[in-house]
Parts: sequence; structure tokens; C-alpha cells
Amino acid sequence: MSIIDRKAIIETIDMVEKEHFDVRTITMGISLLSCIRDSAKETARLCYDKICKKAENIVKVADELSLSYGIPIINKRVSITPASMLTANFTGEEVVLAKALDDAAKNIGIDFLGGYSALVQKGTTSFEKSFIESIPEALKITDRLCSSVNVGSSKSGINMDAVKLMGEIIKKTAEKTKKNDGLGCAKLVVFCNAVEDNPFMAGAFHGVGEGETVINVGVSGPGVVHHALKSCAGAPINEVCETIKKTAFKITRAGQLIAKEASKKLNAEFGIVDLSLAPTPVMGDSVAHILEEIGLSSVGAHGTTACLALLNDAVKKGGVMASGNVGGLSGTFIPVSEDIGMINAAEKQAISLDKLEAMTAVCSVGIDMVAIAGDTSASTISGIIADECAIGMINNKTTAVRVIPVPDKKVGEYVNFGGLLGKAPIMKVSDYSCETFINRGGRIPAPIHSNKN
Amino acid sequence: MKAIVTVIGKDKSGIIASVATALAEEKINIEDISQTIVQGNFTMIMLCDLQNSKLTLAEMHNKLQTLGDKIGVSIHTQHEDIFNSMHKI
Repeated sequence: MSIIDRKAIIETIDMVEKEHFDVRTITMGISLLSCIRDSAKETARLCYDKICKKAENIVKVADELSLSYGIPIINKRVSITPASMLTANFTGEEVVLAKALDDAAKNIGIDFLGGYSALVQKGTTSFEKSFIESIPEALKITDRLCSSVNVGSSKSGINMDAVKLMGEIIKKTAEKTKKNDGLGCAKLVVFCNAVEDNPFMAGAFHGVGEGETVINVGVSGPGVVHHALKSCAGAPINEVCETIKKTAFKITRAGQLIAKEASKKLNAEFGIVDLSLAPTPVMGDSVAHILEEIGLSSVGAHGTTACLALLNDAVKKGGVMASGNVGGLSGTFIPVSEDIGMINAAEKQAISLDKLEAMTAVCSVGIDMVAIAGDTSASTISGIIADECAIGMINNKTTAVRVIPVPDKKVGEYVNFGGLLGKAPIMKVSDYSCETFINRGGRIPAPIHSNKN
Repeated sequence: MKAIVTVIGKDKSGIIASVATALAEEKINIEDISQTIVQGNFTMIMLCDLQNSKLTLAEMHNKLQTLGDKIGVSIHTQHEDIFNSMHKI
């Protein structure tokens, strides 16, 4: 090839064919602020119409781009203005909107719609409380709706009343979706420092600081990074970092091209590229296996946090150079049920919830897709949320909790959600109670950002 | 618009001829071509210009995929921009 390097062409084809490289999601963020009316019915109708109009061609455009560039685009999604802002006028009837959003998602053929969300990091209004209480029912009656609640931030501290409430909401959601092993909880995330332009589910919402219609793209490629690292067996760790950076650069460039073209074709603003390594449960698409390639006999061994930290940082460094606008969660996801390496480690008890918590201090999100026993108390779940929020708040990073208290299941048993959500063994939580702490309520004040030790 | 066509498969006679014929039928010009054996596989890479063709990239992709299935090789058709983006700064 005179213009294009033959090696680069073969490398790109191998990345897709053998290493599971893909653009994980094209997510259109849509502002629904213009749809707010006095009644649930009218608001729901306007929201439905606006989503169907703005995102009408998202699936078609994504499929065309996928074909043109030969890069699979796995998911097409929509994120909306946090729904609690839309439902303030009709407390008690929030699920009318939830149903309309789900119908819109089905009509345009997307797999998930995110943004059934509330931001209560400093305080909770009465309409937000009513909204949060509607989440279990909303997730019961819908299939494609995703929900998230931001309960803390580095700027405002942690709203412990909301932390307490969310422990109860997660339990109720599990009960309401009992016949599907508490599947509703897989679509519910509790955040600290939630980002407004995240394209990944279940935590995506379209922040109020965003434009009218925005395209955010999430790229992935744990398999590609894993494969690249095979060429530096035994090399010093800085070579490992360099290899990850170069790989992340290439992956992100593909995302940047697709984001740019998609926004043009969909008549939307180009928002950001989120360069996250997002695993799936299939072999060859695992973040845990990258960590093991670096030199751990199993993820969860001592040294795991260090390996994850260098991976997360190198991915960002490579990606930032490749795209004009990097945002979202950008880094490395460590869900348990969605990563075959993590599932195996949890099965042989090489990894515990405690080690996962330590890892969340350096990864891009948090305790993600962890199945716990159905009889875990609401206050214990709130305790897990409080710990994660504390890590996020102090370290100025996003952290999240997506746990599933699987009804009627105990430690050692299995849950299988199927598809991208995967399967997981039920993991053990602490036997000791934090109920008195959680019942105090109130707010943990924002931390000091000097004198860091 | 330019596309990169990559043909990968077991070596046998007539692969270049059938792909080139299919492209000529649609007035797609081959600007550059190279072939080699990579990891035991026949690999041919062509830089094609669609300027005079009525086909869209998607239609070209489908046509070549059907041909690939028929002659037992895998044919990838991709817009050249993906390679420029990923491998050049």
C-alpha cells in the first residue's frame, strides 16, 4: 500500500475479529426540560414525542457507520435530563413518565434509556423523595429504563439521609423484580460525583449543563489491550504502561471518528468520547485477564490495586491524546458478573468485596454488578454505599454502587442475568451491622482539599 | 470516497480475478494492490476508488461479502478513514 500501511490494516481487522474490539455504545443525550408540563400525562406524551423525533435514526445511523468502518457498534442508547426534574409537578404519578420513556426506547429500537435519575448530593426535596420512592415500581414495569441517584460529591459531602433511603430502595427493587432474581437492581446505580456526559449504562443521564442533543460515544477493548500486552512478557512495568497507552490511543481514535460522523448524521452536537475498558462476560473481553497478564496469578492477589491503577492511568493518558473531547467515566470498569475473569476469581474466592472496594479507589467507577445474599439488610447496603461515596468524595473521583441483593439466594449460590449482564456467585458481605451509623441520617460535610495525606 | 478491501483466505487460483471482476462490473477503480501470505493465509489488500461507481459503501460491502462466501474467502470492505484515524497522528 502506498498510502496506508498494510500492517495497520491487518492489525485493525485482527482487533475486531480476534480481540473483540468494538465501539460499545453510541448514546444520544437529549434535554427534556422543554417537555415539563403540569400533568403526568402531558409531560409523558411530550417526552415520548421528543425522544422518538430526536433519536429516530440512531439505530440506522449506527448500523451504517458500523458497516462503513468495519467496527462493530454494539449498543445504541439514549440518556435524558434527570427525570426527577421533570416530575416535580405531579408527585405520586412518576411511573407514568417511566412507562412513556420505556415505550419510546422500544419504539426507536434502542436497548437502554438512562436518566430515570435524581441528584440529591446535598439535600432532597419532597418531589425528589417521591421520585426516588417510585424507582422500584418504575423498574418493575419497564424493560429498558435505567435509573441512577447521585448521593454525594466532593463539593457538597454525602447526603446520608439519601444513602439510607437508597439502601431501602435497592432492597425494594430486588423484591419487586424477584421473579427475575432482582434484575431491577442491575439497572440502578448509586453515585458519588456522577458525571453529566457518561454514555454507559446503567448510570447515564443527560446533565442540565449539557446542550440540547449531544452524541457521546463509549469505546471499549479489554481484549485488544490484553493481546498487546502479550508482546511485552517479562518487560519492565514502564513498557507495559507504554503499550497500554499506544493501544488506548488507537481504540479512542476509532471512537472519535465514529462520534464525529454520528453527530453529523444525527444532527447533534459531538459531546465526548468515553475511553473506558468495559468488559463483557465472553472469553477474551476481560479486564481481569489484563491484570493477570501483567503478572497476577489471579485478580484479587496482592498487587491487584497497583496493576489496576497503572492500567486505568495509562488508558486515560493514551486516550486523551486521541480525542479532542474526552469525558464520561473514562478508565477501567471492574464489574463482577460482566467479566469472565472476575467471575472466575469470585468463584474461587480469590477476590472479596473488601478487595473490590480497595480497587474502586483507583478504577473509574465502583462496586459494580456484585450479587449479594437476598437477606442482606438495607442498612448494610447503605453502609456499602457510604463507603464507596467516601472514597469518591475524598479522592475527587466518581464512585458508584450497583449491587443486587438476589431474593432467596445465599452466599455460594449463583445468579445468571444472561446476556451482557452475565452471571455471578453471591458474594459475602460483613456479618457486622452498621445500622446505628446509617440511622443517624444527616450529611457528611464536604472534605477539606488541602493538607492531603 | 476510497475504501480498503482486504481479502483473507486459503490460497487458490482465481481469487484476484474474481474480486477484480466484481469491482470492475461496478466501475470501482483499483488504485493500489498488494498481496502476501500472512500467518499461512493469502492476504490481498486493495485501495479502491468509488468515485465513478453507483454503489454506496454499504452496497459494495454486501456485494463483496456475497462473493467472499461463494469463493470461500473473507472479504472486508472499510472506509479508508478508519485506518488513517487509528494509525496516524
